[in-house]
Amino acid sequence: MNGFLHQIIAGIATGGIYASVALALVMIYQATHHVNFAQGEMATFSTYIALTLVNAGWPFWLAFVATVGISFCLGVLIERVLMRPMDKAPVLTHVGLFIGLVLVVSNLTGWVFDYTVKPFPTPFFDGPLLGGLVSGHELGSTAVTLVVLGLVYLFFRHTSLGLAMRAAAFNPVSARLVGVRVGWMLALGWGLAAAIGAIAGIMVAPVVFLEPNMMLGILLYAFAGALLGGIDNPLGAVVGGFAVGVIENLGGTYIVGTELKLTLALVIIIGVLLVKPSGLFGRVVLSRV
Amino acid sequence: MSELSEAPPSLRSATVRPAPGIPPALLWALGAVALLLPLFMAESFTLFQLTTAAIYAIAILGLNIITGYNGQISLGHGAFYAVGAYVGAIMLDKLNLPYWSTLPAAAVICGILGWGIGRPALRLGGLYLALTTFSLAVAVPQILKYRGIEEWTGGVQGVLVTKPDAPFGLPLNPDQYLYVLTVLLALGVFILARNLMASRLGRAIVAIRDHALAAEAMGMNIANIKTATFAISAAITGLAGALSALAVEFVSPDSFQASLSITLFVGMVVGGVASIFGAVFGGLFVVFMPNIAEGLSKSAPGVIYGIILIAFLFLLPGGVAGLLRRLGARLRR
Amino acid sequence: MLLEVPPLLEVKGLKAGYGPTWVLAGIDFAVAEGGVTALLGANGAGKTTTLRAVCGMIRTEGSITLAGQPIQGRATEDIVRLGVAHVPDGRGTFMELTVEENMRLGAITRRDKGVAADFERMFELFPRLKQRFRQQAGTLSGGEQQMLAIARALLLRPRLLLMDEPSFGLAPLIVQEIFGIMARVRDEQKVSILLVEQNANLALEIADQAYLLETGRIVVSGPAADIRQDESIRRSYLGY
Repeated sequence: MNGFLHQIIAGIATGGIYASVALALVMIYQATHHVNFAQGEMATFSTYIALTLVNAGWPFWLAFVATVGISFCLGVLIERVLMRPMDKAPVLTHVGLFIGLVLVVSNLTGWVFDYTVKPFPTPFFDGPLLGGLVSGHELGSTAVTLVVLGLVYLFFRHTSLGLAMRAAAFNPVSARLVGVRVGWMLALGWGLAAAIGAIAGIMVAPVVFLEPNMMLGILLYAFAGALLGGIDNPLGAVVGGFAVGVIENLGGTYIVGTELKLTLALVIIIGVLLVKPSGLFGRVVLSRV
Repeated sequence: MSELSEAPPSLRSATVRPAPGIPPALLWALGAVALLLPLFMAESFTLFQLTTAAIYAIAILGLNIITGYNGQISLGHGAFYAVGAYVGAIMLDKLNLPYWSTLPAAAVICGILGWGIGRPALRLGGLYLALTTFSLAVAVPQILKYRGIEEWTGGVQGVLVTKPDAPFGLPLNPDQYLYVLTVLLALGVFILARNLMASRLGRAIVAIRDHALAAEAMGMNIANIKTATFAISAAITGLAGALSALAVEFVSPDSFQASLSITLFVGMVVGGVASIFGAVFGGLFVVFMPNIAEGLSKSAPGVIYGIILIAFLFLLPGGVAGLLRRLGARLRR
Repeated sequence: MLLEVPPLLEVKGLKAGYGPTWVLAGIDFAVAEGGVTALLGANGAGKTTTLRAVCGMIRTEGSITLAGQPIQGRATEDIVRLGVAHVPDGRGTFMELTVEENMRLGAITRRDKGVAADFERMFELFPRLKQRFRQQAGTLSGGEQQMLAIARALLLRPRLLLMDEPSFGLAPLIVQEIFGIMARVRDEQKVSILLVEQNANLALEIADQAYLLETGRIVVSGPAADIRQDESIRRSYLGY
């Protein structure tokens, strides 16, 4: 029974990571109606930046803040340079650009930082808490995730900039007519998503260790979580991310075994799309058949 | 909505037309010589690479039919390739069936699988389908490693296969024979695909991509056509997979990572989206480009690969086939 | 003798269109400071195109100046920030957002302290928006969405208000209400209005100046009162 409880708590901890990546996906989706396949690779690259700074002797949280800032700028840059000129191109071109981005970023990561698996420090108490139910890192990273999610929520609900970003996403023509600089809102969306991805990467790296493909599985789980919650609903994505974390842990331990964990993500994705494509909290987003 | 901006509007322009003044027979003869030349000239490794390029060309053609012509973006065609290869390997190694029977069997099984996946895929628009098929591609190696089916798939170890000998006492070694077999099959598949795309069904496939609502209004059964296209596409890519099992003489989960699906996608874009002939360039590109890229920079062929993909999207959205078509049009003027 | 006041909006030789061809064949018109100028014409005459051209939503050629400042070829966002508000055809409601958020968006470029007071003014003009304040804008009726669109435009505190068929698809009572509010806004707030209407009778009642468009050309222009009186114009162009 204690084992079961621990699996649930561990699931919530990893679910927090999925939740933040899912949130990043949903944010780009809301801003641009795209799902950025390279989200995971970008996050991994950011995590290497953090490790480099920490190894250079920076205090952890300073490195954290710097990395998030750098990632934000990189996200904005990618949107401006790569996505913006192809604004009006068909979906297939966008998918191609995302794939190109995946190839460039993941291989660049391996090239610059080499392919060896690296340990990553945790800023939190490194040991079991609450009688072994939860580790200090699990607790700390979940807390960080929740804080980030709360900040993002407040940003979108209660700031003018957040409102302008939502307006630009929902109705770009009308947004221009009230003076919103729609192009920059998209870039900002990319920047924010990259920043959130960086936080997720830094929080997950101490658990799974750092290597260039660290985020591949995480991206799929996050996508599953985002779909489960509803791809156009940030809060839904967060709930979905946590849920997928728990499902993955319980499923991996008690049903399919760890070997088929990734297949579980596929099953969730297909299951959601077949049974309730709008997700638990989202609006319907079906293609016209 | 989902073709590349400069993709050919019609199929007529996608097929090769003989230049004025040269009789078609001569063109065919030249083509045959070009295809047979490697048998006598190339070293066995180059021959193997050309065989692989032809196999990839078939696989990319399959992908192009669903993604280029029909507009359903698949990033998981490596899964069909893998299934085709495993069907072939298992039939040869575990069931001791003749090698030639593996090819149609792989196509049929992948076609059925494609039908099964094409049905739920109907409900998914562009990016969703892309990500879902991509997650299929990521899951495939894991499924292949799964212990429950290890008896058939050989688990992590995979399955060993041997190349067939040339039949009828043809004076060809197995490498040469497989090259000939692959090229002939590729030729057959390409001609079939060209005829398919020029047929009523082919026009419907493209019409659904470009004007889904109009196609529906004209009374096309969009769901059935899209599913059938998925099945045809999967069958062609599965056939390529079965050929690859023969060529490589080995299948294992790690040969069919998600990157394989990406490779096929890149090959399609570089060769030319919605171009039958473009798949040939795509096949050549994905086999030979990594070598060239490694020559340019030992450490970063992947980066170059990605940059080339992006460069093509920006500068040559019609791929190599589109470029040749444009050059051809200019020469003829 | 009064000094001649330069017009707020002056358009000369304006061509505009969506694809390779021009819908407007080079038109001249002006909107005087502090009045209502009506742009009349049948369906497809180019009225909506003219409004879109003024705020840079489509391809244009020619000269457009706002209070002497050239704005032709500039981005929509920039033109809006110079004080041009647009109540677009179709009303441009942010369906997914609440009424409150729609109104906040109207004032999103403003940095001054008067926004809260302006919200109160809008509630006074459109009491129904206050009732619906927290509601999703997509659930509003057509008339309410039109009011929301006008409120959103006014919250920009524009110098020039472009209105595209505010009567379209609305019940006569609501149309009257909206035109009444328009007259109030013109009198109380220092805003000039360029009004596009198919209902010529209604528009000529409120307008000072009027232009009549036919297939991309201005065929008649002059004081609204004169046009109203001129039976031949009414018969041949306005059809009443």
